[in-house]
Amino acid sequence: MEVFCFFSSEKKVFFFEKKKQKTFVRGVLRGHRGFVVTDIFLAALINGILIGGVYALVALGLTLIYGVLHIVNFAHGSLLMVAMFAAWLLAEKVGLSPYAALPVVAAGMFGVGWGLYRFVIGRVSRGEDRAILLATLGVAVVLDNAFLAMFGGDTRQIETDLTFAMWEVGPLLLSVPKVIAFGASLAIAGLLWAFMALTDTGRAIRAVAKEPEGARLMGIRPDRIFALAYGIGIACLGAAACLLLPSFFVSPHVGNVFVLVAFTIVVLGGMGSFPGAVVGGILIGVTESLGGLFLGESLGPIGISLVFIAVLLLRPTGLFGATR
Amino acid sequence: MLEVVDLHAGYGPFAVLHGIALAVAAGEIVAVLGANGAGKTTLNRALSGLIRPTSGRIVFEGRDITAAGHDAIVRAGLIHVPEGRKIFPNLTVRDNLLLGAYLRGRAHRARNLARVLDIFPRLAERLGQLAGSMSGGEQQMLAIGRGLMAEPRLLILDEPSLGLSPLLTEELFTLIARLHGEGLSILLVEQNVVQSLAIAHRAYVVEHGAVALAGAAGALTDDPRLKSAYLGLA
Ligand SMILES: Nc1ncnc2c1ncn2[C@@H]1O[C@H](COP(=O)(O)OP(=O)(O)OP(=O)(O)O)[C@@H](O)[C@H]1O
Ligand SMILES: [Mg+2]
Repeated sequence: MEVFCFFSSEKKVFFFEKKKQKTFVRGVLRGHRGFVVTDIFLAALINGILIGGVYALVALGLTLIYGVLHIVNFAHGSLLMVAMFAAWLLAEKVGLSPYAALPVVAAGMFGVGWGLYRFVIGRVSRGEDRAILLATLGVAVVLDNAFLAMFGGDTRQIETDLTFAMWEVGPLLLSVPKVIAFGASLAIAGLLWAFMALTDTGRAIRAVAKEPEGARLMGIRPDRIFALAYGIGIACLGAAACLLLPSFFVSPHVGNVFVLVAFTIVVLGGMGSFPGAVVGGILIGVTESLGGLFLGESLGPIGISLVFIAVLLLRPTGLFGATR
Repeated sequence: MLEVVDLHAGYGPFAVLHGIALAVAAGEIVAVLGANGAGKTTLNRALSGLIRPTSGRIVFEGRDITAAGHDAIVRAGLIHVPEGRKIFPNLTVRDNLLLGAYLRGRAHRARNLARVLDIFPRLAERLGQLAGSMSGGEQQMLAIGRGLMAEPRLLILDEPSLGLSPLLTEELFTLIARLHGEGLSILLVEQNVVQSLAIAHRAYVVEHGAVALAGAAGALTDDPRLKSAYLGLA
């Protein structure tokens, strides 16, 4: 375990643990007088909210694909990994900052998702739900191993000026990349919501999700809508990858870190629900962060399971799921 | 306007239509009658491109649409209001209506929306309501309104009175007459034999996927064969 210490002008000391490829604010020392408990709690809470925003973005893509195609996209984590490598390559080889690369990677991942549905998943499955599920699983296996073969198992990271930048807000130091990631994730979620609510294409996507035959009678082609929805869901991953890159390692396994969390969020928030993905993402981010604080790194994830079970006991359809 | 020649269609290995022949002239109301399972809905699905005919020909406004996609058929103005409504339950009434003009009638969408809301004031009161939470009758109005948003040249109505009260059914037939009066051609599939024949110019009786009886509506009303062909009126 590596421990980094930062000394700010006011002699606050922050400990960061790099563990499981994640950086956590673990505690705040003020003037060497010991831990200030409320500050530790506050730091963990805010850190959880910030990371929850990106979780929400990853889950948003998953819930959109579930809502429209009615399948769980098993390739989600692998495609996030692909997007992170793309952002990493752009940073390393082209010198493009991840934030500048965001529109490029998101557009590229849209193309990847669209093509993947159009030419692989849609073809292979011929519209059968079970077959689509297996097709996405197959895509995941192929991608994971292809990237392992190409890049090896090592973790990589970019170092931008922003990677360790901090904002001082009152007693807290906030990681700048995480604040940016949170703000941008919510902005993208808002844009996506507006697209779905206010445009004809968004309406068509929602229509096909529930009543494909009725949609065909309007001249809407469900096959095109499916490819489009899959592409948009994967584009969310492209955006998330760029937002994550400044503070996370990249490796062929990085998708696993997020995908289980994203599945949890989607079920917790209500399958197919946008607000559910956002609220669920933040809830899981906070739970994970506070769980780590109170229970330690190894026991912390139990918190997620507890919240998950509690929500599903009270509302089996998830927080924002249809109550039918 | 619409001409169907020796149409065969079905679902996979299940042949349902065995050589249907029928025509609708511009400005006509044509009724298609027949017992449950006769193949009326299958005929409509073939006409609107939802299923591909195995043989035969469908010509709409001089154009062969037998192999055309469902989107091309909508674009041509052949609009199908399906049995069971098939409205979008998770969308608001307003969004449902707007999607009616997804491919066709885009240019006059606002004007057509105002017209549909004028025809169905009930929908105007419920624009923001989710369509799935409306009553069956309101959903039927929405399905017809959504069809009208596409500026149909020929409107197919498949059992529009299904599940409506006698009062609403009466209103529905008044509406069909009004739409016809405004110049719309209509292919009406109905179980409501007496009212359908009263409003239609001509009618076809479909039995086991073929036309058993055809003619002017007035003549069919008194035809004893109608009663034997049609189960509901033995
Ligand atoms: N999707 C399908 N797959 C297989 N067979 C079907 C399908 N849809 C309908 N059929 C069969 O085709 C035949 C004709 O059905 P269709 O729905 O066209 O009848 P209909 O005349 O519209 O009857 P109704 O008056 O009850 O609506 C029936 O025997 C039905 O079981
Ligand atoms: Mg029918």
